[in-house]
Amino acid sequence: MDVNVLKLFEYEAKQIFAKYGLPTPRGFLAKTAKEVREFASLINAPVAVKSQILVAGRAKAGGIAFADSPAEAEKTAQQLLGKEIKGVRVQSVWVEEKVAVKRELYFSVTVDRASRCYVAIASAEGGVDIEDLARTSPEKIVKLFIDPVYGFRPHHARHIARKLGYAQNQMTDLTSIFLKHYRAAMDFDAELAEMNPLVETKDGKFVAADTRLIIDDNALYRHQEFKSRPMEEAELTPQELQAQTSGLAYVKLDGNVGIIGNGAGLVMATLDAIQLYGGRPANFLDVGGGASADMMAVALDIVLSDPNVKVLFINILGGITRCDEVANGILEAQKRVGLTKPMVIRLVGTNEEEGRRILTDAGIHVLNSMEEAAQKTVEISRIGGK
Amino acid sequence: MGVFIDKATKAVVWGITGAQGSFHTRLMLEYGTNIVAGVTPGKGGTTLHQVPVYDTVLEAKEAEGAQASIIFVPAPFAADAAFEALDAGFKVIVVITEHIPVRDAVQVMHRAEEKGAVVIGPNTPGILTVGECKLGIMPAHVFKRGVVGLASRSGTLTYEIANGLSVCGLGQSTCIGLGGDPIVGLSFIDVLREFERDEQTEAVALIGEIGGNFEELAAEFIAAEGYSKPVVAFVAGRTAPSGKRMGHAGAIIMGSSGTAASKIEAFKKAGVPVADKPSDVARLLSERLGRKT
Repeated sequence: MDVNVLKLFEYEAKQIFAKYGLPTPRGFLAKTAKEVREFASLINAPVAVKSQILVAGRAKAGGIAFADSPAEAEKTAQQLLGKEIKGVRVQSVWVEEKVAVKRELYFSVTVDRASRCYVAIASAEGGVDIEDLARTSPEKIVKLFIDPVYGFRPHHARHIARKLGYAQNQMTDLTSIFLKHYRAAMDFDAELAEMNPLVETKDGKFVAADTRLIIDDNALYRHQEFKSRPMEEAELTPQELQAQTSGLAYVKLDGNVGIIGNGAGLVMATLDAIQLYGGRPANFLDVGGGASADMMAVALDIVLSDPNVKVLFINILGGITRCDEVANGILEAQKRVGLTKPMVIRLVGTNEEEGRRILTDAGIHVLNSMEEAAQKTVEISRIGGK
Repeated sequence: MGVFIDKATKAVVWGITGAQGSFHTRLMLEYGTNIVAGVTPGKGGTTLHQVPVYDTVLEAKEAEGAQASIIFVPAPFAADAAFEALDAGFKVIVVITEHIPVRDAVQVMHRAEEKGAVVIGPNTPGILTVGECKLGIMPAHVFKRGVVGLASRSGTLTYEIANGLSVCGLGQSTCIGLGGDPIVGLSFIDVLREFERDEQTEAVALIGEIGGNFEELAAEFIAAEGYSKPVVAFVAGRTAPSGKRMGHAGAIIMGSSGTAASKIEAFKKAGVPVADKPSDVARLLSERLGRKT
């Protein structure tokens, strides 16, 4: 669970928010166009058909459509289901009553790293990318830092509602929405809980038209309900899936140099060095502290199963980890996995002489300098074009 | 000399009887760290590596007079261990534990502020004042007593750069791992302030990475305060994509914020040279200090 943030789908977030009493449009999850039609007739009003994918900028990429009749909704769903949006296939859509928008607001609770606390962020100009807004018109954003013990109180929520320009009943409604939202965010250990837009409807009510919930994966032990979530729904590549089940930190990139190292910072710096010398990293993979034979075998298996990988760079700095153990791990892994691609190894640290001897005896060349090894790797990656 | 800890520091190890705690207690003792007590609830009255073990931090403190604490307990229990050390009045608390939930970490930092204590970590390799005291899991042999104060958001990359500083003869005063989590106790600014006061420290190396804005804030601070000692930076993660955690919970670009490019630009704007690769840190510092490598 190291690499991928636990992002919930819009429909999951909406169902959670609804349980906390937040107003959300009436909706249903559908996997076929026929179901979409049935749900649209049940709703009996114009609907929004929204693809359930975790990519940002879904609306701009054509992932959301509107329909005035069940027949039109079915037709729309036929086009959306199975379509690829930014490389992700749409497998389900959320059908909900279309909201009559008067004004779009923004509200979120998230973590402010510099202030080491949660922060409530609101704006009367929602429906846009909040970061863009923060850059171009910071004065349009209301920010309220939340004391972790004192919490987010009704008067805080009222203050924000007033700042957004609301009074009387509307202020009271918003206050209640903000407080419920905060409670949901805390109960679910949210890194980000967002309503964007939170719509003011033409009849003066408020509805969370789109919602996002990202859960702190370090807190998953408190939220067993997400452990049983089908893995394929998290939109992982096969390599990412294998890494996740093995407890390795892996991120797929689009180059051809496979990379394995120990320690997140060192691996990032290794990727950067490959790029600095004109190569293109195929992945990030941190085998972590131990770098045992088992872990190394899994790591090699994951990286080599990526067909784009032409050459492999292993960068290990043995600290508490001993280089001779790492060397044996590499040999063991090589035996198990069957290495077919060229490999450059940089191995330094505790017991490095012994580690180097083990690998050299097995006919594997070992380098001392990270930079030299990175250059050598890039050279190999260029042989035969591409 | 050095910052936060020195040879006079007496420390308690929370979780001393666990696999990690026991292993690293032995290494810290070998380094010369004055570990006066261990804590493991239920194991009070025993000893490990000749160190007396207590059931509670307060008992350990009262009996042995310690001021610093290092925590090696699993994530679900780590926050409470930190609260216990804070409530017992410890002023330096090192949290090695990884994967502590943000909601817990936020409360620990809040309590630390109330108590006027320093929390190093969580998810840190610890802190080491070279030749005096080690409260952490760093491999001691890569460090050499010298003049560079080193603050970093990662582990092995710190060893890589520290090793470069040792080989070129600059060495280090104190090395501090801020921690790889989104919420950590110390910022680069906090550490810069300490290094400015420390006589042994002649220059500072900041090893940053993607995620958050500690690097940008440090750059602003250096420019605004007219920082008196030379500073060199390295930022890992130039190749990192947006929205993916790069190993550390805190190493993540959210949308367009937290990129390496933004941090590098901020440092350069503040007149802080940024190394293109780890080995350049030692070279740039030698240049700034007018020494030959």
